[in-house]
Amino acid sequence: MNDAARPASTPPLIRLVGVTKTYGTGDAALQALRGIDLAVESGEFVAIMGPSGSGKSTAMNIIGCLDVASGGSYLFRGVAVERLSRNQRALLRRNYLGFVFQGYNLLARTSALENVELPLLYRGEPASARRTAALAALDAVGIADRASHTPSQLSGGQQQRAAIARAIVTHPAMLLADEPTGNLDTQRSREIMDVIAALNRDRGITVLMVTHEPDMAAYADRVIRFVDGRIESDTRRERTVP
Amino acid sequence: MMGWNALMLSLKEIRRNLLRSFLTVLGIVIGVGAVVTMVTLGNGATQAVSDQIASLGSNMLIVRPGQRLMGGRDAAGSPSFRVADAEAIREQIGGLEAVAPSVSTNVTIVHLSNNWSTVVTGSGNAYLAARSWQPISGRSFSETEERSGSAVCVIGETVRRELFGSENPIGGSIRVKQFACEVIGLLAAKGQAAMGMDQDDLVVMPLRTVQRRLIGSQDVAAIFVSVAASSSVERAKMQIEELMRERRHIAANENDDFNVLDTRQIAETLSSTTRVMTYLLGAVAAVSLLVGGIGIMNIMLVSVTERTREIGIRLAIGALEREVLAQFLIEAVVLSSLGGLIGIALAAVGAAAGAHAMQVPFLFNPPINVLAFAFSAAIGVIFGYFPARRAARLDPIEALRHE
Repeated sequence: MNDAARPASTPPLIRLVGVTKTYGTGDAALQALRGIDLAVESGEFVAIMGPSGSGKSTAMNIIGCLDVASGGSYLFRGVAVERLSRNQRALLRRNYLGFVFQGYNLLARTSALENVELPLLYRGEPASARRTAALAALDAVGIADRASHTPSQLSGGQQQRAAIARAIVTHPAMLLADEPTGNLDTQRSREIMDVIAALNRDRGITVLMVTHEPDMAAYADRVIRFVDGRIESDTRRERTVP
Repeated sequence: MMGWNALMLSLKEIRRNLLRSFLTVLGIVIGVGAVVTMVTLGNGATQAVSDQIASLGSNMLIVRPGQRLMGGRDAAGSPSFRVADAEAIREQIGGLEAVAPSVSTNVTIVHLSNNWSTVVTGSGNAYLAARSWQPISGRSFSETEERSGSAVCVIGETVRRELFGSENPIGGSIRVKQFACEVIGLLAAKGQAAMGMDQDDLVVMPLRTVQRRLIGSQDVAAIFVSVAASSSVERAKMQIEELMRERRHIAANENDDFNVLDTRQIAETLSSTTRVMTYLLGAVAAVSLLVGGIGIMNIMLVSVTERTREIGIRLAIGALEREVLAQFLIEAVVLSSLGGLIGIALAAVGAAAGAHAMQVPFLFNPPINVLAFAFSAAIGVIFGYFPARRAARLDPIEALRHE
């Protein structure tokens, strides 16, 4: 259906073809993904929903190149990720992907600014450029005034904002958010979703977000439902929240 | 990224985890410091013992009544020597430099209001010659003084300090029991002997003076024999034993009732004793190095959970495996080297202070420094690097999930 809308020459940003994932072997083997077919275009805001154990986080980790599929093919901009080496996958994460986790995953005892600078450090950017870009990213998520605070000095919402700043400081093609509001109250959750939605709208960053809260999924313009390792439904719609 | 950035990342990490860094460094400091200090002091003590044995006089034999090698516990039943025995040795055995019959007794000596309890040795110039010991001021005995048993004496540095203080002792007078004795010479200081004996705490008088005025007998307690450098000490020893058995009428099937001590034997015995002591101290110190190493190991392993998550984060945001490893390796090397260097510096200070307090020479020992440093650095690097390597090889998502 959406293939028709796409110019034939450019591949989708990501495409999954019959992707499976099995944990363990033999009788104890657990099939987390039972064949996923999915394509996401640049600029989309996709929410992935589903009950616990439905495989949504597994799919997310494979898309984020944090994990590799057991079978099928995953193409990122037409490149088969399963054929890449560990280092090439790391470089793919470094240059094209940004991650936001439920548990923030900031480095402890490290200021927000240094956390945000870290991806740039691995990209080999000079110190002054790192600082400028990191401050700009912190400003974009609204915590420029907390730049020198360490995670333990920040509230949950502020930590997640810092994590988002770290994810977007490299201007990634895609932002992957795994239950970004899972640890936050409703008010804080809405603020975080506003930030993510603004990044999608204003910067055109493709967003893939796992959530089990319909309120949060309402920010997305496409909702994919996972059940038992398969896609049950894939719905496009007008956003109900700006 | 690889070089400078990895170094900066490591230094940041060290600063960020000050307590962990401090404990790691401390473990290495204690290990290296203990081993180096102990072995350095042990070597110094061994050296000191050899030096002091050498100062006793080289190629010297001491002939004493009794069977025991040291201490003379069995001396009581054995007859003493006489001056004639010493003369027989001097006349009948060749290749000897000096033969000095001697007798010693403990007395309290007095000069003005100072008194001091010391050992008075009755002997003569031959005794000083045998121990290669000459007065640094004044003179030694004249032949007449030795023969007639004059009330003259040569004193050691300790006696001078205790009795005369800043006064010039030469020509001064000390009272020994009932008689006054003129100080004619001051002996060069020799310092402390093995077992902490003060060699300078003595008064030497002519043999006859001590025999007549202090002991009241013709006994000779020991004969000091100095063997010429060109002659064999072993042969001289055998000849003396033979001669003494003959003079003391010891039958062929009877044991000697005297013994001949070879200072080289004493030197070897004492040196091997101190060497054993050095090994022992070294072993104790090695245990502390090991304990330090286990401490480092603990700290490193305990922090693995936190570090594994950290590695997961770094991998997730695009760090390469080798970049993560370079950072951890540099961190481990920096901490271990820092600890090793501080340990060596502290050991140098500690060993120097210890050597001064124990009055043994401070001998810097490069191999043990290198060895202790290499050992603790290896522990630091192995336990800092290998858990990190395992973590860096995980899939990022596994590392992130690590609890």
